[in-house]
Amino acid sequence: MTVVEDFAQGSGRVPLSACPACAAAPSAERIAALRAVRDGRIMLSLPLAHCAACISTVEGALSAVPGVRSTRVNLTQKRVSVDAGPEVTAAALISVLKAEGQEAHELDPGLLSATETDKQGRDLLMRLGVAFFSMMNVMLLSVAVWSGAEDATRDLFHWISAAIALPTVIFAGQPFFKSAWASLRVGRLGMDVPISLALILASSISVYETWMSGHHAYFDAAVMLAFFLLVGRYLDHRTRAIARSAAEELAALEVPRATVLVDGTEVETAISAVLAGNTVLVRPGARMPVDGVVIHGASEVDRSLLTGESLPVRAGEGTLVCAGEVNLTGPLTLRVTAAGKDSSLHRMADLVAVAEGAKTRYTSLADRAARAYSPLVHILSFGAFGYWMWATGGDLRYAINISAAVLIITCPCALGLAVPAVITSASGRLFRKGLLIKHGTALERIAEVDTVVFDKTGTLTMGVPEPVGLLDHPGEVLAVAAALAAGSSHPLARALAEGARSAGVALADVCDVLEVPGHGIEGRWQGQRVRLGRADWVGAKAIAETATYLSMAGSTHAFAFTDRPRPGAEMAVAALRAAGMQIELLSGDAEAPVRDLAERLGIANWRAGVLPAEKAARVAELSALGRKVLMVGDGLNDTAALAAAHVSISPATALDAARVASDIVLLGQDMAPIADAVRIGRQSARRMVENFFISGGYNVVAVPLALMGLATPLAAALAMSLSSITVSLNAMRLK
Amino acid sequence: MEILAILIPVSLFLGGVGLVAFFWAMKTKQFDDPDGDAQRILTKEWDDKPKP
Repeated sequence: MTVVEDFAQGSGRVPLSACPACAAAPSAERIAALRAVRDGRIMLSLPLAHCAACISTVEGALSAVPGVRSTRVNLTQKRVSVDAGPEVTAAALISVLKAEGQEAHELDPGLLSATETDKQGRDLLMRLGVAFFSMMNVMLLSVAVWSGAEDATRDLFHWISAAIALPTVIFAGQPFFKSAWASLRVGRLGMDVPISLALILASSISVYETWMSGHHAYFDAAVMLAFFLLVGRYLDHRTRAIARSAAEELAALEVPRATVLVDGTEVETAISAVLAGNTVLVRPGARMPVDGVVIHGASEVDRSLLTGESLPVRAGEGTLVCAGEVNLTGPLTLRVTAAGKDSSLHRMADLVAVAEGAKTRYTSLADRAARAYSPLVHILSFGAFGYWMWATGGDLRYAINISAAVLIITCPCALGLAVPAVITSASGRLFRKGLLIKHGTALERIAEVDTVVFDKTGTLTMGVPEPVGLLDHPGEVLAVAAALAAGSSHPLARALAEGARSAGVALADVCDVLEVPGHGIEGRWQGQRVRLGRADWVGAKAIAETATYLSMAGSTHAFAFTDRPRPGAEMAVAALRAAGMQIELLSGDAEAPVRDLAERLGIANWRAGVLPAEKAARVAELSALGRKVLMVGDGLNDTAALAAAHVSISPATALDAARVASDIVLLGQDMAPIADAVRIGRQSARRMVENFFISGGYNVVAVPLALMGLATPLAAALAMSLSSITVSLNAMRLK
Repeated sequence: MEILAILIPVSLFLGGVGLVAFFWAMKTKQFDDPDGDAQRILTKEWDDKPKP
């Protein structure tokens, strides 16, 4: 049973491969790895670790825990992996680290598939190393040839170069050959087709020339081409690997566990093992792990991540709750109606997967350049071949030489670097500002954006209430309310108590305080019953804003709350407007709080009470009008809109489904980096286009020379290295 | 020019040593945690004897 489950998990993470056997083998490995993981490897994230002392503290403290076999801190990834016996729990280790002043969070090791991306990256790095080694050696030999080695010496040098270059091209060129073959099979001319053709043609013509004791051999050009293109590939891979591992870490932070009640005892279970019909206990403050019906208990649930409503909803026996909602006041016992793959959260994730598929239809700048460029390269090369065949009266060797030179010179060495260099530089810069670029084309897409659609709860606001006009209430009322509120963990009560404390209100003497889950708190003050809670419970008339109500001495008082805007929200909105964006606010919340926030941030275009489908429809409508929409949202009700938008951003506090659907994740609390993202996105799109023009410019100079038959291997090597270096330097100009 | 017969093999050999060293460094996962390794060298913990 468990083996089957392991296999399903393992195979889900294995990257698609052309050969079924290769795909099967890693999953067997993965089963073994997962097994080992279960046996007691614990991964903790250490967001604050930064120095040598941190490493010693963490490793020392953890090694001292009985049962721990070994620990190793990885400072680059800010993680520690602990090899320990089954008796050691993550919670125990976290408290040990807390005592040492280190913040730690448990990570789900099954979700961190670092090994596979590592293997790919190491493979690329290996090819890069080989290409570099042979480029240096062949280049040394070539310098001798360029400076005038003749006859037997030149032939010897050419033969040695061939002995180094041919195995290198075969080994290092494999990524290009594979992807060229893949694109040819579906009948497309990608960038890798001219690259592979140039590599093969340059190597074979050089071997032939060497055999015939000819003057020109292009071994140096072939290995240099392979080297520069591999640099581009590697940069591209590394950026994506970093983004992926950071995104995985966010997902792995939510260790999915549920407390299942079996014959009255509580058992901690992985969510994947919870079945429909089980009974699950959800404590106050916890997120619902499954869809279910409340069979016992009363509480309030926060649905803001699912619907955008900021006001908690009452939950009692018979209430349907969905995975992802947060239980606020009392413990709830649920009968599970759907768990894991069938839960509403997962169904939404499937919708997102469909929308993701649509997004890949975006053709990146690099693809567009390749589409225009690669037919041109082939036409030029074949044209040169035909012309020289005709002009020399059928000198095949000369004509092939010229067409190989054309192919090498036009070959998009700089084009292969133009985009990866810019993306690496830009995403590194944005990562330091707290933005995680998940998608390679996200930067180009954000550069085209002209409309920004915001969600309210949890995105523009923190989802944390803040009392308004607290001091307008009579002192006695406030003192009683604060005293009652101090006894509850409900977010509104906590905000009220906090507000009263900072205003310096002395608490009234209230006794017999009792929390009634799902309703509020009641107590006794000067012999009278006082209640703080929902409007219908205390007998007050509900007001439009989010509020809690107090009944005392026969009268009722309403305490209104507003949602605190995220720090930097105002700045981000202002900066986006200054950049010429149209801004809209679509919220599932009630009208009053939305209007309030829109006025505060100066957003003229807002709508309240919007359903999830309406959000997606509005985004689609804007797109149909030819607008490029940037969607910023965090909840389940935003996921469809996030996936439908041209490009999307979600905060790290968002639901997993929303983070998966979005292209960029905001890691910190501050919203201001969104404006930076747009600015840097525009800049990097400009740099990419510039880079294309730079490498095009080199071609404009070099191609006529090659066509006339004047290009020597030295000219090819110069053009190639100069254009690659200029392009990389241009990419680093990003600010 | 006979010196070439010695110098070229020597230069190729030295380059090859570098390449093998690079492979070895990669096999032993020395690029997994560059920040950590840079910091670890500063600790005094295992100065007297190597870590068991």
